[in-house]
Amino acid sequence: MRRRDGNPARTAWLVVAGLVVFMLALAGCGGGSDDTTGGGSSSEALQKLGKGEGEVSLISWAGYVEPDWSKPFEQKTGCKVNNKEAGTSDEMVELMKTGQYDGVSASGNATARLVAAGLVAPVNTDLVPNYATVFSDLKDQPYNTFEDVNYGIPHGRGANLLMWNGNDVKPAPNSWNVTLDPKVASKFKGKISQYDDPMSIAEAAVYLKTHEPDLGIENPYELNEEQFDAAVGLLEEQKPLVGEYWSEAAKQISAYAGGDVQVGTTWQYQYFALKEEGVPVQASPASQGFLPKEGATGWSDTWMIAKDAKHPNCMYEWMNWIIEPKVNAEVAEWFGEAPAQELACKETANKNFCAEYHAEEPDFWNRVYYWETPLADCGNGEESCMDYNDWVKAWTTIKG
Amino acid sequence: MASEAVAERRSAGHRLADLFHGRERLQVGALLAGPVGWLVIGYLGSLALLLVAAFWSVDPLSGATIKEFTLENFESLVNEPVYRDIVWRTVRTALLVTLTDAVIAFPIAFYMAKLASRRGKALLVIGILLPLWSSYLVKVYAWRTLLSANGAINWALDPIGLHGPGYGMTAVWLVMSYLWLPYMILPIYAGLERIPNSLISASEDLGASPFTTFRRVILPLSFPAVVAGSIFTFSLTLGDYITPRLVSNDQFIGNVIFSNVANNQPFAAALAIVPIVVTIAYLLVARRLGAFEHV
Amino acid sequence: MRLSRRSEWLLRTAVAVGLAFIYVPLVVIVIYAFNSSKILEWPPPGFTTHWFSQAFKDEAAREAFVTSIKAGIAASTIALVLGTLASIAVARHRFFGRETISFLVILPIALPGIVTGVAISNTFTQVLDVPLSLFTVIVGHATFCIVIVYNNAVARLRRLSGSFEEASADLGAHTWQTFRYVTFPGMRSALIAGGLLAFALSFDEIIVTNFTIGAGEQTLPIWIYSNLFRPHELPIVNAVAVLVILISIVPVYLAHRLGAEEGGATGGRGAGGGVETEAIAVP
Repeated sequence: MRRRDGNPARTAWLVVAGLVVFMLALAGCGGGSDDTTGGGSSSEALQKLGKGEGEVSLISWAGYVEPDWSKPFEQKTGCKVNNKEAGTSDEMVELMKTGQYDGVSASGNATARLVAAGLVAPVNTDLVPNYATVFSDLKDQPYNTFEDVNYGIPHGRGANLLMWNGNDVKPAPNSWNVTLDPKVASKFKGKISQYDDPMSIAEAAVYLKTHEPDLGIENPYELNEEQFDAAVGLLEEQKPLVGEYWSEAAKQISAYAGGDVQVGTTWQYQYFALKEEGVPVQASPASQGFLPKEGATGWSDTWMIAKDAKHPNCMYEWMNWIIEPKVNAEVAEWFGEAPAQELACKETANKNFCAEYHAEEPDFWNRVYYWETPLADCGNGEESCMDYNDWVKAWTTIKG
Repeated sequence: MASEAVAERRSAGHRLADLFHGRERLQVGALLAGPVGWLVIGYLGSLALLLVAAFWSVDPLSGATIKEFTLENFESLVNEPVYRDIVWRTVRTALLVTLTDAVIAFPIAFYMAKLASRRGKALLVIGILLPLWSSYLVKVYAWRTLLSANGAINWALDPIGLHGPGYGMTAVWLVMSYLWLPYMILPIYAGLERIPNSLISASEDLGASPFTTFRRVILPLSFPAVVAGSIFTFSLTLGDYITPRLVSNDQFIGNVIFSNVANNQPFAAALAIVPIVVTIAYLLVARRLGAFEHV
Repeated sequence: MRLSRRSEWLLRTAVAVGLAFIYVPLVVIVIYAFNSSKILEWPPPGFTTHWFSQAFKDEAAREAFVTSIKAGIAASTIALVLGTLASIAVARHRFFGRETISFLVILPIALPGIVTGVAISNTFTQVLDVPLSLFTVIVGHATFCIVIVYNNAVARLRRLSGSFEEASADLGAHTWQTFRYVTFPGMRSALIAGGLLAFALSFDEIIVTNFTIGAGEQTLPIWIYSNLFRPHELPIVNAVAVLVILISIVPVYLAHRLGAEEGGATGGRGAGGGVETEAIAVP
């Protein structure tokens, strides 16, 4: 048969070449519209609450949206809750970019980015009656208020815990040196559990704030190059000792339960889940303020509403519901964090809950460094701090 | 009779068929419009739009793309050693998994093609296909629990003084070899089936030992099928990021892409070009080795 | 083929070891599905069928299952149409760029899933302004399922002689009639096998789906992924996985029987499973 096929390889190369030229042309001209709506300052908060739309789509941390309080919400408001759990703030930002969700429980290392990217709208707190009785040291904070405009409703706050298996780690550690000081941590080589997120660099910075004061670290999220390199160096020394980098809560739970890790950073959610399963885990006791002596990183989470949310009324209902005193009490006790709602302290099953969790003690939270978005702007007029891109790149290098 | 009936019912279908009759170009065009349109405009176009971002950069706070031409992403990729390490680690594992699967798959496929009874063949084919229906995630998680410190593997090995590999690159290699094995067995089986038994008999009649027959007749004839199977084991390993996450701490190319897709899509796009180039190169080599041809 | 006793014995052992390797983790999954403890520990402390009844009652799991079925049927149908069209063009005609089609068709499955997923997701949400939903999932799945159908169809068409079609045309049948009465029946079992395998691929896919699915929906793999990391639900996931394997015996067996029939009709070579194996093989 006659071959009229032409040279197939040449065809392929022609197509590829065509596409490459197309791509370069696009790249050079900067064609197409920007993928974000930019700015964010032009967005308006909802002025009036209307009827519920029938459903609401949320992005949340593990344990924040549980049937115990989402089902009653659905019954009361008729808004069906679609919940997507995310393991890191990066995942949450990524999900918000798809425009598919109405709201997100954002930590401080996501809030600023969401606002700058124009992904969230300001919150009209007049439409959230329960906001009036939220703890005052949670209102108008740099992580939920931007240019004097309120962008969210506080959910609760907590510190990242140091947790260890009581059978394997003796004596009980009272310092982060058990995971961060190579001399001490090497005893647990291969059994350390570290959070898989650039925020771990801040943990190292908190440690260095106490142990290497010459570096002059004040805010573990505002690090100049020298401070940053020191923190990164510490984590690079830690890498060979790490058993597992975790980002999903249940992954860490199964690792502790399976004996694969013995000590590391965790959230209250995992701590209580493991205790329930009978795994002998321990965390810094109340006598130490639940924290190792250097303090700890932590989070104060905010419910934010998406710009152009498809179900804004249901989202406002949710934000009001989650700080309803009874609900916030349930939420806080279930997870093990300090509630955002002052009146919740009267509704907790454990009457001492708020005292144990320092919910009403602003001084306690001075030792907790809430997650923040690292910016080049050091806050004192200097612009030499490392920004989030640097943190992400460094984290990739640390993990190797 | 037929021509009269046909002549009377010149329906729309008929007339359309007449339009195509004899016009090969039109026929081919109509056939290909759908698939090629879908794949070239839809798929390749989407890829191009994604990859063009590799030449852009990103605002660190808002994550907004700055659409100005820059090569900084590629500079990072080339200058920082961690990315080279990660790429090499991924490619190395992909090759290792391919080799492992080829070695494990060949005896099974050979048995199925040449030695099993009709019923045995049927049972084995079903037996190989069935695991493909169990969820990938559940399989990887099962391996995760098998490999854990208190898991079944250590439970079985500790009494005899050995220890399981735990999590890490060995685990990744093990799990991926496990996952893609059926994708290697089936093409090799199909390839071996296509070798006529008469060729093998002829070789034996000419005095070759079974080993020589294998080496000089079966292996060369089935090699294209092995390469065809390797396309799947190689590319599926190259692109995976879930298995490394679940059974190791090590990063594959997919993991780094995943962690950058949220806040630095241009960099993620630059990273994505690497496995695309590697895969296309592998496909071209595979094509040269005859994997795309049929008997 | 004549093999020495020893070689044959070695071969059988290799096969047994290989099959054991394939099935041991599946057995573990089954054991865990009956595990009485909520976290996976070994050896399991006790056995219960509790998780299976929970799996049936779990509304989210049932919905996810139905969504996966819907997506799978839609995606494999689209793949069937596009794959058949492309295969006829390639196997029965000659044209400029013919060899490239096989290359093009395999790209969506050969390139990393994350790349395909992000590319398709971006195109929909940023360029076309189409929200993510089951539709976008189906588009993604169909894209990488085309190759499965295409491979099967081309393999079959190359074995069916074109002379049947020529004879049909000589007898006065026009293009559609030839396709409907001659080509399609010959291809049918290959297409069914290809369609079933494409369905299986779509049913189990997680990576591309993760990037293309909307907020309110879940396919079964998405449900599994979200519950894999919820400690209280893990055994239900194992129970669901076991159920899916059991249910899937039917289509796998069907695909095999169909292949066996046609394989006999078209010349015997490759009988006993040649069809669906070529779905994985590259043409």
